[in-house]
Amino acid sequence: MSQGEANRFGFTINKSRLINYDKGDQRVRNYITEREPSFRLCFSCGSCTATCTAGSHTTINLRRINVLIRRGDLDPIRDEVTRCMLCGKCYLTCPRGVNTRNVLALAAEAMKMRERNEL
Amino acid sequence: MNFEPFVIPFNLGLYFILIYTVVRCIMWFQGLSRADKLRLQRGFFGRPFMQSIKEILSESLLHRRIFKVNPVLGYMHMSLAFGWFLLILFGTIEADYFGAHHLNPPSRAIFFRYFNPEHGAYGFAHIYGFWMDFLLAFILSGLLLAMSKRFRPRTMGMKKTTKHTIVDRIALTSLWLIFPSRLMAESLTCGANGSGSFLTGNLGALLASVMPAGEVAPLFWWLYSLSLGTFFVLLPVSRYFHIPVEMFLIFLRNSGIKSGDKASSFTEVELNACSSCGVCISTCQMSYAAGINNIQSAYLIKGLRTGKDVSDITMNCLMCGRCEEKCPVGIELGPLRMIQRREGKRINEEIPFLSQYSLKRNIVSTEKEPTHSYKYLAPGKEVKADVLFFAGCMTHLTPSIIVAMKKIFEEAGVNYHFMDADGGVCCGRPLMLAGRDREARELINHNSEIIWKSGAKMLVTSCPICYKVFRESYYLDVEVLHHTQFIDMLIDEGALRPGFMHEKVVYHDPCELGRGSGVYDEPRNIIGYVADLQQTVEDRSEALCCGGSIGNLSLSSEKRSLIAKDAISVLTKNNPSAVITACPLCKKTFSNASETKVMDIAELVVKALPSKTPKKVFIRQKKSAAETVKN
Amino acid sequence: MTKHVVIAGGGVAGIEAAGALADLGQTVTIIEKETAAGGHVKRWHALFPDRRPAEEVKKYLSHRLKNKNITVINNTSVNRIRHHGHSLTVETSAGDNINADAVIVATGFDLFDAARKEEYGYGIYNNVITAPELEDMFNNDALVTRDGRKPSRIGFVHCVGSRDEKVCNHYCSKVCCVTAVKQAIEVREKLPDCEVFCFYMDMRMFGPYYEELYREAQEVHNINFIRGKVSEASNTINGRIAVKVEDTLAGRPLKMELDVLVLMTGMEMSRSGARLAETSGLTTGKNRFLSVTDNHIHSNRSNMHGVFYAGACTAPMNITDTISHARAAVMETVNYLSKL
Repeated sequence: MSQGEANRFGFTINKSRLINYDKGDQRVRNYITEREPSFRLCFSCGSCTATCTAGSHTTINLRRINVLIRRGDLDPIRDEVTRCMLCGKCYLTCPRGVNTRNVLALAAEAMKMRERNEL
Repeated sequence: MNFEPFVIPFNLGLYFILIYTVVRCIMWFQGLSRADKLRLQRGFFGRPFMQSIKEILSESLLHRRIFKVNPVLGYMHMSLAFGWFLLILFGTIEADYFGAHHLNPPSRAIFFRYFNPEHGAYGFAHIYGFWMDFLLAFILSGLLLAMSKRFRPRTMGMKKTTKHTIVDRIALTSLWLIFPSRLMAESLTCGANGSGSFLTGNLGALLASVMPAGEVAPLFWWLYSLSLGTFFVLLPVSRYFHIPVEMFLIFLRNSGIKSGDKASSFTEVELNACSSCGVCISTCQMSYAAGINNIQSAYLIKGLRTGKDVSDITMNCLMCGRCEEKCPVGIELGPLRMIQRREGKRINEEIPFLSQYSLKRNIVSTEKEPTHSYKYLAPGKEVKADVLFFAGCMTHLTPSIIVAMKKIFEEAGVNYHFMDADGGVCCGRPLMLAGRDREARELINHNSEIIWKSGAKMLVTSCPICYKVFRESYYLDVEVLHHTQFIDMLIDEGALRPGFMHEKVVYHDPCELGRGSGVYDEPRNIIGYVADLQQTVEDRSEALCCGGSIGNLSLSSEKRSLIAKDAISVLTKNNPSAVITACPLCKKTFSNASETKVMDIAELVVKALPSKTPKKVFIRQKKSAAETVKN
Repeated sequence: MTKHVVIAGGGVAGIEAAGALADLGQTVTIIEKETAAGGHVKRWHALFPDRRPAEEVKKYLSHRLKNKNITVINNTSVNRIRHHGHSLTVETSAGDNINADAVIVATGFDLFDAARKEEYGYGIYNNVITAPELEDMFNNDALVTRDGRKPSRIGFVHCVGSRDEKVCNHYCSKVCCVTAVKQAIEVREKLPDCEVFCFYMDMRMFGPYYEELYREAQEVHNINFIRGKVSEASNTINGRIAVKVEDTLAGRPLKMELDVLVLMTGMEMSRSGARLAETSGLTTGKNRFLSVTDNHIHSNRSNMHGVFYAGACTAPMNITDTISHARAAVMETVNYLSKL
């Protein structure tokens, strides 16, 4: 299912699977970190992803979103960040106290702004 | 002598503010919707009129609501407002009765002593003079308190007072100068002429003995006039505009006009009615427990009035409603903030000072661009049941509530279906609190469909957040009950027979259930039935917030836990054996911050059920007991 | 010259310190809050990394106590320590004031109360147990579910109550990872048909032969390690436990049913130790354990003259390090006593 969705956005060229950190887009990460400093604390335990309400209905992997944002690899998650219901369970389970709910809300905003070149 | 140049500043200021206020109110009236205009017209000629007059007397003049917050604070506001009102009233009568003519311009009344320096030496005039001095002293006592409030808010029972802008400071200074300068001016004139009463006479005599009072007096008359004039001119752009606007607001409110979902003429009136009294700041737990002092309603309103960028402030609020409860002007602080949350991105230009006087403000409202989409939701499984139980997202993290509710349903023999057993779809309120009503509608539609298709007559939820949105934003045919109302009903009907436990407990009113939905009694009925319910301070509509609120998108967990710990310390002051809540988020937040046990009402009721089977064995055998109970 | 040392707490640290002091000719009184000395090790079945029987260490400890210089007072806790001229007075819960030339605080740790992590269902669902409860089952040779069935799948959840700011324990309890691996291996040995899963955030195999034990767990015993923090557990119709976790290495959420869920509960500062610290003015750190004067070179010294620390009251510790720490405390104490 995820394969089909990735191709919908016009990436017909087979992109390399490598994360090219130097060519990554750190703007969304910076946008989020300025407004939600707890973003830096994530150590990828995955409990947010496990508890996610939307996660039982669709592909939305909060941990992966956080990792990819930090690596600057944004295209795979453009669609994913719009699926969050903002329910807040992720924030309640996080052992590091990352306000994942706010991170996702800011990520959705930032991705929209990035599309319009306003970031 | 009928005219002196020093009355000019006063006259200019007074005529300016009178005309300005009337015109502005007319513009506001014109901006109202047709329905609201009709409401107001009916309100002026019906019962609401007397109600409004009463409220103006009791709130704008006597400040009853502020008295409830703190008596000294109430006295301070009252002495300035009511005292000044009486001074003007009796001053006008004085000028008309004792003066040369019977209808005088305001300046004759305000500067009466100047124009009648020998007046009041004996007889009725002397008694009247005593009364005028008394009123002045009354106001000055309040002024002293106001000064001490600015420097030491704690003496007035306020934890913090509002931070001021430059304009506010100038307006404040001119206000504070008015009465002392009147005192000095009157005293000096009286001292030079041997007149005056207990205050002005005595002070006047004292001053006359050390300086040429007659020559110094005009200086203070000028100061009096200038401070009045400045105050009047600055009124529309300072917090003191609330003096006239509050009265207008009272009429509007009593006619049944409310703020809607978007910014309107009415919300503009509300913004200008705020007196920056600081009660909202003082009562805000984010302020006194977490030390965050820049996001409270008074600052939001100030920011909106001056066109500042309020996006940081808007989202950073627990939406607990405590400020709205205590606001002496009765501004709908919650809806005001929600209106801002729904706004899209604005190009914020701070309104230049002079433009803040403009009579017509273009209320520009932008819609939030949708950033979320839920097209991926597949229609839910079709199930049929009489009663649906919706646990909600949060309850899944406090499974003891689910286990307790299951037990209660079985004990009462209810044919129920656990709607979101597999996790379900969020009720939509968290999205709405983030200002995303459109997107929430998709979730609401999804859930509504499941509810319709089930044919259920009743929807029971253990989460007050879900309860509020089901009642207010879903358009359902079914009866929506919070689990406290449901359990109360079961106990009333005899379907549930818990016993009594001699345990001292306290109840915490969740914000969304109490202030948010008005459900205060049912939980207390239940707890009182099964345990020894103790009273706490700050309960019901004054209840504290646990701090867990999903209404605040950006508060850190550190700050939340400060708020939770403070709230718990108030709740557990008299060492109850448990704190009872009716909300899974409150339960989770408090459990992380409390030494005392925290239980949900459902758990408490199950604990009190007599036919208790040992916890670790399945309850299959209990079906026979359930059969004897009403279905 | 013989001096009198009072030791608050008769666990591994307290007993070892007492034995070492007694060997050096000092008089020792141990004040123990439970009915008998021995501490938490009494509950263990086998110890990591070599899985040698805990009995052997328990025997060593009880032998240590067999010294005429040592007196053990049970069922008593220490309420307060105060200075009394050049010596100290120890106030006990029995109302006694015992005179001491030096005091060693060895109050140890409390286990994290698993009921505080409500989403794991401890105390709510039958088959959610803690690691010590599993150890009890090993001791009683009764490895069955609460309804008497033989388990075919057991899961271990790491980091329960540790590394978790929601319960205000930011620190790592150190020993739970290796304990989980040890217990996983023991389960596999006792029930060869039972599948075992460990849900971890990290594998903290810090000690000698711990990493090798982890390797053995995978290689020999076929234990499954899934990297992901369990977010919630619920029960199923037939009394099994369902867990929700993200398999972070596969990058997808994972759901699984187990017969028994074992929670690796961490260590917290002991309650009685915390009270003692408060009344006596002993400083504690942000992690609520007792603060030592210097983390590297004076890890037994307290902020109170004549009072020394031994064992897990200062930080989570395994038995090996507790015994070493206790001996170091004795060295500091004896040094101090010689200067009196």
